[in-house]
Amino acid sequence: MNAPTPLIEVERLDAWYGRRRVLHGVDFSVGAGEIRVIMGGSGSGKSTLLRHLLGLQRPGAGTVKLFGVDLARAGERELQEVRKRIGVSFQGGALLTSLTVGENVALPLREHTRLDESTIRIMSRLKLEVVDLGGFQDLMPSQLSGGMVKRAALARAIAMDPRLLFFDEPSAGLDPVVSAELDELILRLRDALRMTIVVVTHELESAFKIADTITVLDAGEVLMTGPAAAVRAAPNERIQDLLNRRPREVQVDADAYLRRLTEEEA
Amino acid sequence: MNFPLNTVAKEDREGYVLVRLSGEVDLSWSAEVRRAVLDALAIGRPVGVDLSAVSYIDSSGIAALVEGFQNARTHSGRFVLVAVSDAVRAVLELARLDRVFVLVASADAVVA
Repeated sequence: MNAPTPLIEVERLDAWYGRRRVLHGVDFSVGAGEIRVIMGGSGSGKSTLLRHLLGLQRPGAGTVKLFGVDLARAGERELQEVRKRIGVSFQGGALLTSLTVGENVALPLREHTRLDESTIRIMSRLKLEVVDLGGFQDLMPSQLSGGMVKRAALARAIAMDPRLLFFDEPSAGLDPVVSAELDELILRLRDALRMTIVVVTHELESAFKIADTITVLDAGEVLMTGPAAAVRAAPNERIQDLLNRRPREVQVDADAYLRRLTEEEA
Repeated sequence: MNFPLNTVAKEDREGYVLVRLSGEVDLSWSAEVRRAVLDALAIGRPVGVDLSAVSYIDSSGIAALVEGFQNARTHSGRFVLVAVSDAVRAVLELARLDRVFVLVASADAVVA
């Protein structure tokens, strides 16, 4: 049997913010049904990589393909087809505050499908049941706790039954019990709805609980991609620093540092 | 590997109607499934939906079944899911709908 095409293929991706290169030759590939965790400390480039995967930023160099579609070269119609097949749960929830929870969850279905209203109603309420917010459809986002916002955002992200789900920092700001419940839910979503899931997190416990494979980013480079157990056992010093929460020794390039401080066009 | 084609078929059986689904039930054709389920219920006899050959179902497919079940209940009719495949069961369990629908092992049990 031929290996199926990966759902995500990133090759030699570079990203720059001004003079700072924040991603450096990143190769990243995720197959169907996989749960991949992108792990790294602050400033490692994981959020930048996520923005490229979502097509929110254009590569400085290299390519990003989802479902075989090169995001930088695709036409609007092709991008639209890709967007219908992905779901994103943003770190802060990004719920529309003027809409009820139910309307937020139904929004992608109203935007992208022509399903009849009763189907949309049942589908969106089902998603609220799945994330344990059954019956809360008439609340406004401002009435929700932090954990409920995360779950409502997840319900909206899976409204269209996406084949590919991105989840940015699911545990950030949550108490350990709620965080563990979300981890469980991520695993069940993959198993029941056969989603491929990419989770960006700096929470180690959560990462090792849910990941099939982990990509460790550090200073814009991929240190390693491998099964969770292999990452845990990796001899690489930076990975072990990250796993053991040891502060890193910051390398200072004196010339580059001075240029950043003094040049007008930094 | 052989994947069954996406099909929905209605069979008139003695005392009930059997709707057979196969393949992957998703957004692309779940409206057709919904129509078939509601049409079967309109006949006014018990309805079973055979899900043994369904290899994937998304929430739009589940929504069609929920609407059918609700429709049957408001008319005091019988609506059961027959020979639910593992793939379908996993989705029902995710939403705890396995505790809401009536699930039976074979079509013989459609008429209670």
